[in-house]
Amino acid sequence: MRTAFIDTLCEVAEKNERVWLLSGDLGYSVLERFAEKFPQRFLNVGVAEQNMIGIAAGLAMSGHIVFTYSIANFPVMRCLEQIRNDVCLHNLNVKIVAVGGGLAYGPAGYTHHALEDLAVMRAMPGMTVVAPGDPVEARLATRAIADHPGPCYLRLGKAGEPVVHTVEPKFRIGEAIVMRSGEDVILISTGGMLERAIRAAELLSDRGISAGVLSMHTVKPLDEKAIHGAALRTRLICVVEEHGETGGLSDAVARTLSEHNATCAFAALNIPVEENGKIGSQSYLVERAGLTAESISERIARALKQQ
Amino acid sequence: MSNSSLKELARTIRAHTLCMVHKSRASHVGTCLSMADLLAVLYGQILRVDPARPHWPDRDRFILSKGHGAAIVYAVLAERGFFPASWLETYCEDDSKLGGHITHADVPGVEASTGSLGHGLSIGCGIALAAKHDDKDYRVFVMLSDGELDEGSAWEAILFAPHHGLDNLIAIVDYNKIQSFGSVRDVLELEPLADKWRAFGWAVLEIDGHDYEQIIDALSNVPMEEGRPTVVIAHTVKGKGVSFMEDQLAWHYKSPDDEQLARALIELGESN
Repeated sequence: MRTAFIDTLCEVAEKNERVWLLSGDLGYSVLERFAEKFPQRFLNVGVAEQNMIGIAAGLAMSGHIVFTYSIANFPVMRCLEQIRNDVCLHNLNVKIVAVGGGLAYGPAGYTHHALEDLAVMRAMPGMTVVAPGDPVEARLATRAIADHPGPCYLRLGKAGEPVVHTVEPKFRIGEAIVMRSGEDVILISTGGMLERAIRAAELLSDRGISAGVLSMHTVKPLDEKAIHGAALRTRLICVVEEHGETGGLSDAVARTLSEHNATCAFAALNIPVEENGKIGSQSYLVERAGLTAESISERIARALKQQ
Repeated sequence: MSNSSLKELARTIRAHTLCMVHKSRASHVGTCLSMADLLAVLYGQILRVDPARPHWPDRDRFILSKGHGAAIVYAVLAERGFFPASWLETYCEDDSKLGGHITHADVPGVEASTGSLGHGLSIGCGIALAAKHDDKDYRVFVMLSDGELDEGSAWEAILFAPHHGLDNLIAIVDYNKIQSFGSVRDVLELEPLADKWRAFGWAVLEIDGHDYEQIIDALSNVPMEEGRPTVVIAHTVKGKGVSFMEDQLAWHYKSPDDEQLARALIELGESN
């Protein structure tokens, strides 16, 4: 996803000379292409995320569109107050990009696991929160947030995520993409879970369970219409996200279902807090958390049986 | 402006501040009074700003990083005509535009809202960087407190600005030697402060922050060195101008009662 991001950002910056990229001293082998093409609009600020956001705010106050880039929690948590006060309070065109959403930096350990970022960024006033599901969505999301006024957060995977969209979908911030429809269950996926959610739906349909998938690339503002439409058509809504249990997409979906007295059942599949601090590859950690396609289909089949 | 007009401006904004803090029963009068003379020179003589066009793209920018000193900045903006002086009477009241920490929304002349310390200099770096990139000659002045220099984020910005040759950035330290819960010396010693800034690559000038010739001389001759940001370390007295408030930690918090306000205004030479 990071390659799709940087290639797209180069295209965007080619057309719009107000677009900048700041890095907190990360991005080796990724950001060089932008730095070489636009040396006047690229800045490695050093290992100083608070300063990076403050500088981004100052540039944006002066009319520029500023992307900030770092990995995992660094561009979000270390500088959260700068994001809240300097960026959100002033409603500035700062686009915060995190590479390594969820467990993408698996063996690097807990410091590098981004498991609360969606919760924290959802809570920021005026922040648009986007977590694309594959490299195609990452490309479209990069374009969309560059054009979208105000603060945005882009949560990317890392590298090598499978392409899910064989045809370029219509992509609008705040509008879910219907990947497949289903009557027994609809999975709502955000971020890099998309491919596993679709395979889980295929496994379910092999067992005679009709399973749909929504790609909820925008966590905020939430596509409530798509969620309520799904709730009317299915027995179970199941959110899948590579994120902790608190404050992510599942909480957002549960709230809107509850507010609208939805009658379908609801399930959330996240990373349980007991998994924090475990070391291993992303696929190992995802398997431990019960978020492989096989586990997801199994858990959903069980949930439907209990109804 | 002549020196006597600048001093009159300082006297007026001190008086406004005392009345505002008295009426609203707000805090931070001491920190306002310590930078009154600096603000009078900035807004009376140095800053290229136009109250009729607060968003004029080529204006100099002033960022109050010590956001708790808001009252006196509102006062000087009102005196310069950015908004009516009657607004000052609403300071900190229900539904006021003028919050206890500097607030930009709908307040002409305020560039940025601050209040949590250690934010303003980074924002200033970004604006100064934009000026360089956009080939503009406006300057960015950032007012910092001494206590604020405990924040690591301040030093991130102090490290950044010289590396990028931001000679259009001027930091002013209102060095009144008293922070929130004690004297700077007791809480976290900053000395040798000038040497620290110098070691980070800034052009440094230490002045008496209540001496008009020194303030004017310092702020009229920036950048001190081409290619380097300038810091003016202004030695000031917390609560300056009201004898019983001077150099007292308590006036970081207290607001004057009726009798104290009357005494303070008499000391300032307010006729009534």
